[in-house]
Amino acid sequence: DTKKPRLNRGGAWEENPNRHYANNKIKTTKYTLLSFLPKNLFEQFHRFANVYFVFIALLNFVPVVNAFQPELALAPVVFILSVTAIKDLWEDYRRHRSDKEINHMDCLVYSRVERRYVEKYWKEVRVGDFIRLRCNEILPADVLLLTSSDPDRLCHIETATLDGETNLKQRQVVRSFFDLDCDFDPTKYNSIIECEKPNNDLNRFRGYIIHRSGRRDALYKENLLLRGCTIRNTEEAVGIVIYAGHETKAMLNNNGPRYKRSKLERQMNVDVFWCVIILLVMCLFAAVGHGLWMFQYGDKRPVFDVLSPEGTDLSPIMSAIYLFLTMIIVFQVLIPISLFVSIEIVKICQVFFIHQDMDLYDEETDSHLQCRALNITEDLGQMQYIFSDKTGTLTENKMVFRRCTVAGVEYSHDANARRLAMYQEMDSEEEECTSHGGTLPRRDSVTSHQSARVVLRSQSTKSHRRTGSRAEAKRASILSKHTAFSSPMEKDITPDPQLLDKVNECSSQMDFMRFHSQPMSQLPSDLSDIIDFFIALTICNTVVVSSPNQPRQKVRMRFELKSPVKTIEDFIKRFTPSRLTSGSNSSSSSSLITNRSSNRGCSSILSSPSAESTLTKLDEEKPPNLEHTFSPVPPCYSEKAWAVAEGELRYEAESPDEAALVYAARAYKCSLVGRLPDQVTVELPHLGKLSFELLHTLGFDSTRKRMSVVVRHPLTDQITVYTKGADSVIMDLIKPPNTGKRQKKIVYRTQNYLNLYAADGLRTLCIAKKVLTKEEYACWLQRHLEAETAIQGREELLFESALRLETNLHLLGATGIEDRLQDGVPETIASLRKAGLQIWVLTGDKQETAVNIAYACKLLEPEEEILTLNADSQEACALLLEESLHYIQAKFLCSSADHAAKAFTANFAPFEIYPSSSPSSSSVPFMVHRLGLVIDGRTLAYALDKSLEDKFLAVARSCRSVLCCRSTPLQKSMVVKLVRNKLKVMTLAIGDGANDVSMIQVADVGVGISGQEGMQAVMASDFALPRFRYLQKLLLVHGHWCYSRLANMILYFFYKNAMFVALIFWYQFYCGFSGSAMIDQWYLIFFNLMFSAFPQLITGTLDKDVSAETLQQLPQLYISGQNSEEYKPYMFWMNMIDAFYQSLVCFFIPYFAYADSDVDLFTWGTPITTLALFTILLHLGIETKTWTWMNWLSISFSIALFFTVALCYNASCPTCYSPSNPYWTMQRLLQDPLFYFLCVITPVTALLPRYFYRACQGTLFPSPVQVGRQLDKLPAETRRNILSLSRVKVGSPLSTKPPFLSLAKPLPKGSNKTEKGSFPSPKASQGSILQTHDTRKCHKRSQISCAPRFCVGSLQFSGFLPPSKHMHLNGLTGQI
Amino acid sequence: MIAAMMASSYNAKEEDGHHSGSSSHGGAGAVKSKKPDNTAFKQQRLPAWQPILTAGTVLPAFFVIGLIFIPIGIGLYVTSNNIKEFEVDYTGVDINSPCYSCAKNFSWNSTQSCVCSVNFTLEQPFESNVFMYYGLSNFYQNHRRYVKSRDDSQLNGDLSALMNPSKECEPYRTNDGLPIAPCGAIANSLFNDTLDLYYVDSNSTKTPIPLAKKGIAWWTDKHVKFRNPSGNTNLTVTFQGTTKPVNWRKPVYELDPSEADNNGFINEDFIVWMRTAALPTFRKLYRIIQKKSGTTPTLPSGRYILDITYNYPVLSFDGRKRMILSTISWMGGKNPFLGIAYITVGSICFFLGVVLLIIHHKYDTRNNSADIPN
Repeated sequence: DTKKPRLNRGGAWEENPNRHYANNKIKTTKYTLLSFLPKNLFEQFHRFANVYFVFIALLNFVPVVNAFQPELALAPVVFILSVTAIKDLWEDYRRHRSDKEINHMDCLVYSRVERRYVEKYWKEVRVGDFIRLRCNEILPADVLLLTSSDPDRLCHIETATLDGETNLKQRQVVRSFFDLDCDFDPTKYNSIIECEKPNNDLNRFRGYIIHRSGRRDALYKENLLLRGCTIRNTEEAVGIVIYAGHETKAMLNNNGPRYKRSKLERQMNVDVFWCVIILLVMCLFAAVGHGLWMFQYGDKRPVFDVLSPEGTDLSPIMSAIYLFLTMIIVFQVLIPISLFVSIEIVKICQVFFIHQDMDLYDEETDSHLQCRALNITEDLGQMQYIFSDKTGTLTENKMVFRRCTVAGVEYSHDANARRLAMYQEMDSEEEECTSHGGTLPRRDSVTSHQSARVVLRSQSTKSHRRTGSRAEAKRASILSKHTAFSSPMEKDITPDPQLLDKVNECSSQMDFMRFHSQPMSQLPSDLSDIIDFFIALTICNTVVVSSPNQPRQKVRMRFELKSPVKTIEDFIKRFTPSRLTSGSNSSSSSSLITNRSSNRGCSSILSSPSAESTLTKLDEEKPPNLEHTFSPVPPCYSEKAWAVAEGELRYEAESPDEAALVYAARAYKCSLVGRLPDQVTVELPHLGKLSFELLHTLGFDSTRKRMSVVVRHPLTDQITVYTKGADSVIMDLIKPPNTGKRQKKIVYRTQNYLNLYAADGLRTLCIAKKVLTKEEYACWLQRHLEAETAIQGREELLFESALRLETNLHLLGATGIEDRLQDGVPETIASLRKAGLQIWVLTGDKQETAVNIAYACKLLEPEEEILTLNADSQEACALLLEESLHYIQAKFLCSSADHAAKAFTANFAPFEIYPSSSPSSSSVPFMVHRLGLVIDGRTLAYALDKSLEDKFLAVARSCRSVLCCRSTPLQKSMVVKLVRNKLKVMTLAIGDGANDVSMIQVADVGVGISGQEGMQAVMASDFALPRFRYLQKLLLVHGHWCYSRLANMILYFFYKNAMFVALIFWYQFYCGFSGSAMIDQWYLIFFNLMFSAFPQLITGTLDKDVSAETLQQLPQLYISGQNSEEYKPYMFWMNMIDAFYQSLVCFFIPYFAYADSDVDLFTWGTPITTLALFTILLHLGIETKTWTWMNWLSISFSIALFFTVALCYNASCPTCYSPSNPYWTMQRLLQDPLFYFLCVITPVTALLPRYFYRACQGTLFPSPVQVGRQLDKLPAETRRNILSLSRVKVGSPLSTKPPFLSLAKPLPKGSNKTEKGSFPSPKASQGSILQTHDTRKCHKRSQISCAPRFCVGSLQFSGFLPPSKHMHLNGLTGQI
Repeated sequence: MIAAMMASSYNAKEEDGHHSGSSSHGGAGAVKSKKPDNTAFKQQRLPAWQPILTAGTVLPAFFVIGLIFIPIGIGLYVTSNNIKEFEVDYTGVDINSPCYSCAKNFSWNSTQSCVCSVNFTLEQPFESNVFMYYGLSNFYQNHRRYVKSRDDSQLNGDLSALMNPSKECEPYRTNDGLPIAPCGAIANSLFNDTLDLYYVDSNSTKTPIPLAKKGIAWWTDKHVKFRNPSGNTNLTVTFQGTTKPVNWRKPVYELDPSEADNNGFINEDFIVWMRTAALPTFRKLYRIIQKKSGTTPTLPSGRYILDITYNYPVLSFDGRKRMILSTISWMGGKNPFLGIAYITVGSICFFLGVVLLIIHHKYDTRNNSADIPN
């Protein structure tokens, strides 16, 4: 890649050498005041429809063909264009506002003039500026880190806004400035930086810095602080700006929302195209008719056939050609000009309502759903596949300690479980309170529930009281805003009393033994295991302790050691003395310290020779208070004070698991109070503070799947290895069980518990230890140091070295950590699945975790079979896929054939998830089986290969759930792309981190999880949700509504325009196809724009076919959207036919009523317009499902508006408005009784067929949506009964589950929890009795008459079924 | 049902209000929350009427419509049938027709008017006011270019428009350099037959029937829309500098020699003609025969003679000319269509209502199952 040298030179203050680089001002607006009009018009004319309308308006200026007053014909186009322009202007203004806000944020920039750091706006920052950053500041630009107040020359940043990861990332000072001990002085900086051109790769940065001395130092991404990140844990840092403004990586990554066209709109465009064809046919017909009409008169020109203005005679053919163009103008309304604008308006309103939904508001983060893409709301109602990220999306990314097993004994932590349940309950209760009630009985139930909670609270323990509801959690999260992974839920772990007793007993014994100088080995092994277990939890990690007063400041003593043990010499120095005499060790270790401290000049030394203290303590058994004088935290022994001090310590962990374990240990009073590079201080009950000398840390890596620390135990003086890791690896490393019966038993038991934990969906970790003799250690150290100093293959050597150490471990126990699922995830998944959505989880996590979580969120069911695909090579992968395909076919297709279900399902729309027209599908429809597919990243890479992708899809589509683990962001997007393109389905991708961005962008609808997490995914997304569970309401309710509203509105639009235009078309038969219109041109042009516009907008915005409650409780209703049932191609034609029928009625009733009378053109045309308006409005009335006062108002307003305008217009000017000149027409009509009689009969006749059809449909073959509406009508109580029972008995053909597989399936517990609370049990049982009664009745009936019908009781949506199939269904339900 | 729903919705609202109030009290307070307002509108919970169209629910509507429409239809039909109407075609297509020769020889260029008489008999006397119409068929007064071909400003007496008519009047805007008044194709094709009606009593004496030529145009047309330029004083002077339409025999200010104030643009025959008909077969009001007094019918039954000054050629475009005598009811002229339509639609509704009733009884189980829990 090309590198553009970017120079950053200090010294020459007179002129900024970097002035030609982009400054830090950002501008995301599209227009300026000057460029707005031309640019916006240019953009609008990109839309074909606009060009067409302008063309027609201009055509009107040609005298030969003009139909209307040219200026009047311009009105609609101008109106449409200006509405869009105003919308664009408003959006641009909002962008401008937010830009301004960001541009005017403050930061400290070194002023070359004042020679100090001064406050400046972000926009004034330039490349090459030195910036001083303080803790918790947000970086204004991409900055190269030059110095940091951190003694390790590190700067911690939180990249949450970029990639959503809340853990701290370390950035290093540029190597050449590393040794700079004193404060960095910008004036002395005199180097040149060369780096690559600005690019959007967040994980790459290359360049070098050239010093005056000519020395070059390479720069890496570890040196770069990116714009948008937040400085954490670092008091102060100074850096030089490398990229500013739009050149920063964050901005380059921030592409504006892309234009997406929704499925509905694509479908609509096809029908717009059909409209064009109909228009052309009509025009052609009229033109030919006119030609023939002219032709029949021959040379004898009748008086009424006026010559052309020039007085020349037109030939019939020329006349026909002119007329064709005229007709295009007259019939232009057929192409609904206002449709596009109306759709936009409706979408904006829909977005507004989605924004306003309280149920989609998250109080904890004070955020609500954001719609970033305004034009695809209706796509939400048509989703078929959901691709979800796992961590942070399904889970909260909050690890919570749940339970543990130590030495083979399980401590179930029931109280802890209760505590966690408490959180859940409180959350849901709070929701219940805030969510809309609905009916009185419900309210009662809520209050009774609340009182129950009060009782519970009063009974609860202290810890219970400390936990809080959401509001409390919110407050806590504000307090601890700057600490990752530390919500009260994660911190306040309720200890298991039994274990707590044991810990206490154990430590008191140890204290006793220490006091009496007894060797620690005398401790019973189970007790020592317990204390070791907690010590391991406390120290086997990389957690950093923050002090209470300075948030995110490390508690540290200025201690200069970088790596615990650097040399053999060092080792000998340190360990020999203690082995020899106790007297000399203190001096030697202190000398060691002085040696080291003398190495460093500038840094202060808070001398706390903890190594010394531990040693002396060990040997001389000093009383504890003496020891505390050396410790960083002042001694406080009283329990209360201790608790306070302890409570305020904060733990910073790189991964949330670690924090969870440390907090867990703290609950047992084993708290980590300080961590230094070579020492860990732990406070234990009775024993006080103990400092462990940290010899080595063997960090976590994904191949070893474990980490270890090597420490010297202060009490036993043994060199101990504590290892923590995945159960699969640790269990293999346990000392062979023949060594002791006890250990064997522990291993066996632990394994059992581990399986139990995994089944519970907990993340399991095993804790083990190993005691090394000094010789063993020395031996290992030798080779380890060799490895550390090796130049080539250092990583591998270190890896091997770690492997050598981590053998023959002694198993201490295991922990179960819950990566707590977000609230309602299993329920959401269950209901989305019921809604016919296929859910795939694509995660970067390891397979075990992913599978665990999948179980936890009910994505995989325990009774489900799971296909796991792990292959090492392309061939193996191909083979695996082939095998699984065979397996699926053998297992399921045969069995389904036995049940004769194959034929049964073939015609069954909801079961046939994939259209049979899709390229690779065979004649047999694919069915979704109760089968889970788990595939890892490597195999996925093979499977996504061109040669295998079809097979992979064939396997994957047969599975109910698919889990892709260890997948890279690219793979995620490839999977989405594959499914989207090959299966031709609507896809939704949901994720929270930067790794999900590509997937979000590829999918039809991308959803980002916002909340406290990152912005990256949100930036790329079309919708941003605070929580995963909101997806349920977003899709099932808003998606459904948006889709059905818009679909109905579009269909209505087509109908309306066709109906109106056809009136004029029929008239052509009576005016010699001359293009004359009986409808006044003003009415003609403003009919769409004004008179009939509002009611449809109101209906398109507010109509609810089914209530939100029912939609959520009956997810099956979503399927209608997936199958596009509201707007099928045939519906367009049905509507067209209906439109033609209605226009015939509206034309011919007045025609015959006024036949051979003295009525004039416009006195006849005005009633027709009125009738058309009435008919159109009443038609809308039939299609409107929910009548609020807005509907009534809008319809009355429309009618009133029409009459008012007509009356005013007809009274305003006796000579204007040529040619119609409708002076006093309406006034006369209103005096004519005939007019009123027409107004009654015409709409009734016109709408009779539709009304009759709707009534018959509602009774004979109601769509599921209509069934939902009927449910809505039932009293709330009954409805709930029916719904809750229908869940148990999934006999409806709408169920996505194949009916031949277990039909009656118990529900996930949580999902009906709220209902259980909300209606008393006697009623429920009563409901169930009714239910059975009902069902029986239905069955009986179905045996008598095979005609399809609906029965609410059993909720059998049998509208789809021809009678014979219907019997099948009943047979099946009967079996159950 | 609706009331219950409304009630429940209002309850919900009340409850929500309570909760939002309490939460804001206990909430963060000063911190401005993004929390959406809990209003029924924003939460899309407006009280609503949700009609469901099933056989059961729409049944009454069909019956009600049927029951209302059929009587209305019968009423309209009877009214229409009470109207007396007589029509005579005097085009002269048929060789036996008295106007045959006139029709055959006449064209726009003819200078001599042709007179013919048609005899007819009224079987029944016409009691009330009788309206006399002339009817034209196949005359496309609604042709797009024809309809446009007029200048309303000129007709409204605008002097500048008089001398400089609108472009819309082309090619009947000027003749020999002089502006045409009134300009345009509509005026140019003014119907100029003269019809006179005589009653022939038992002893064959022709009694002319008085035909009122006032009040045949809309009042607003006569008084607002159409005006002579600068008052009515001397029309000949007013219209100086203009020329008559090419097809006209006499200028606009001499249209009615008998009455001075019925000349110029406010000539009612002219005004009636200028109101272009909607359909190619139309009638226009020609004269009104006022009911005299007492019990004598306006037009007693018997023989009549219609004298026609045949000026208007229609054969070239296959047109027909008629004279129509008609009484009028409150709902206009004779037209049985609306009555029949009401009866038909009413019957269909009734029939469909019955069909729905059957469907409802056979298939609609919704009400049954819904009733049980109550």
